[in-house]
Amino acid sequence: MLKANIIPLFVIIPLLSAFLISLLGKYLKRQFIYVFSNISCFLLLYFSFYGLNMLRSCGSNIFVYKIGGWAPPFGICLVFDGLAGFMLVIVNLIAFIVNIYSLNYIEKYTDKPKFFTLVFLMLTGMNGLIVTGDLFNLYIFLEVASLSSYALVAFGTDSEDLEASFKYAIMGSLASIFVFLGIAILYGFTSTLNMADMAMIIAEKTGSRIIPFVSVLFIVGFGTKAALMPVHAWLPDAHPAAPASISAMLSGVLIKTLGIYALARILFNVIGISSAISSILVFLGALSLSVAVLLAFAQTDLKRLLAYSSISQVGYIILGIGLATPLGILGALFHLFNHSAIKSLLFLNAGAIDYAAGTRDLREMSGLKEKMPVTANTSLAASLSVAGIPPFAGFFSKLIIIFACIEKGYIGYAFIAVIGSILTLATFMKMQKLAFFGKLNEKYNYLKEVPLAMKLSMVVLAVICVCGGLLLLPRWNFFLSDAANVLLEGSHYAVKVFEAVK
Amino acid sequence: MENNKSGMTLFVKTSSRLVAVLGLIFGMHIILHGHLAPGGGFAGGVIIALSFVLLILAFGKDAALSKLSLKLASNLENVGALLFLIIGLLGFSGGAFFLNVLVKGSPFRLFSAGTIPLNNVVIGLKVGVGLFVIFLTLVILEKSKKEQ
Repeated sequence: MLKANIIPLFVIIPLLSAFLISLLGKYLKRQFIYVFSNISCFLLLYFSFYGLNMLRSCGSNIFVYKIGGWAPPFGICLVFDGLAGFMLVIVNLIAFIVNIYSLNYIEKYTDKPKFFTLVFLMLTGMNGLIVTGDLFNLYIFLEVASLSSYALVAFGTDSEDLEASFKYAIMGSLASIFVFLGIAILYGFTSTLNMADMAMIIAEKTGSRIIPFVSVLFIVGFGTKAALMPVHAWLPDAHPAAPASISAMLSGVLIKTLGIYALARILFNVIGISSAISSILVFLGALSLSVAVLLAFAQTDLKRLLAYSSISQVGYIILGIGLATPLGILGALFHLFNHSAIKSLLFLNAGAIDYAAGTRDLREMSGLKEKMPVTANTSLAASLSVAGIPPFAGFFSKLIIIFACIEKGYIGYAFIAVIGSILTLATFMKMQKLAFFGKLNEKYNYLKEVPLAMKLSMVVLAVICVCGGLLLLPRWNFFLSDAANVLLEGSHYAVKVFEAVK
Repeated sequence: MENNKSGMTLFVKTSSRLVAVLGLIFGMHIILHGHLAPGGGFAGGVIIALSFVLLILAFGKDAALSKLSLKLASNLENVGALLFLIIGLLGFSGGAFFLNVLVKGSPFRLFSAGTIPLNNVVIGLKVGVGLFVIFLTLVILEKSKKEQ
């Protein structure tokens, strides 16, 4: 039981940091805030790895923490298993890197303590959502993360930012209402809110029509948070409007935690996924990945292009998860990991260009490689990885998803995935050509490469993009396969949770 | 509060002065009896915030700000959130996050239920001050829009 004691820290550390910065930030030196926020991000990252390592070494592959000593199903419990560990590592890794990047990047914004307060509140929401074992608690953390992200999108306070934030807030709140309705109906159906207890009751009460209905509510709700294709409209406005380091967080981890992780956890582990629901997910995934990439190709605003590309890549992940086969889920989770590194890096690159040259318009920039070699090369690595060029990590994850489609007999979907990948390549080659190659625009002769902290964080992410494929080697394989196994074992999750609290 | 130039008429001022105090006391009652009766930190906090809002409506923004400045209010809000977290952390001394470590006392007494009344008080602080800050921000925004 003592080993589970680290789990509440994932909520405590960011929450404490958020309010301490908000309270003391006005009176302290700026450097102190930076150091403090980096220390807490580092602690979170350390505890994520520590937890994952503990999970491996003690062999029980699940830890359950009882808040206030109340055992489930009556109290709220926090669950740390392979999937939660996997997500925590991704979220806290990206948060740590983005935090380093923010040191220089947010110079141009005025209220820095508020920025870090909101970032830490968002981190609280995401970490809490990942570790919670209680459905209503999940909703609360969903709202904590969403509300702070609405505020962060509007952080620049230009009219464009405010409009994007308003649109995001409206669509996000609607999505939350769908999720809330789903939770309320499930509560009425099972008389419990604990996810493990609920899974057991639902497994006994078969043949009810409530479950497909609730599944659709969750797909709409979490699908909006993940920006699936018919309900994606907020993302291409919101992600470009936010400060670049926040875009990286939003695109890299927020849509995946709030959308994909929550949906997958509930569909697989709590209410059980049926073949009809799974085919809806596959269809929506294929729709997103094919249509969004066409839209991305037409964009001339760099961050908007990246935002549409995010929708497309989320389509791949949903396609893989919808297949519900071991290979499909493994590919989806691997792509989730790769995409969070890739898209964070691309948004950080866009922020670096914005920082140095002050533009986001692809038509205005040209030949920046000459003046900003680190940005250009890291961006090239990310572009090749997201387009699926062989030695890079993105290639392997897409390949697994395509193989999984073929294995399940969905040749058409496999074909769409291949076409989508080719179009992604075209989009990013266009982006590279316009931004970094060609002749340097006269007016950018004064340009300098961005400061060290920004370069460092971009290089670290680029290394992850290039070496991510190593996770498939047998030695590192557990990181992905432990997470995939949690989803695959379905409602057996409940049995394991109750065994762990005994 | 005796400033007659800003705010509404004498009738409104006099009656809201009475009602605001009643509202404040009622809010505190709701908060302190949160563990015994319906209501609690959130509901009581809203009532307290509303009594301040009433003062703003009747006497104008400056009268309310002289009682509670915006900076102090936003600091108090942070303190409320931090205290709530600290009460949760106190539970670690007994072995679990949010464990009720204090003496529980006998049921249905005002001083009973361990940390729960304390939680209610800090939630009341956070919610009350938070709503007050939201209202003040809206008022200040509206005022600066008119001046432009």
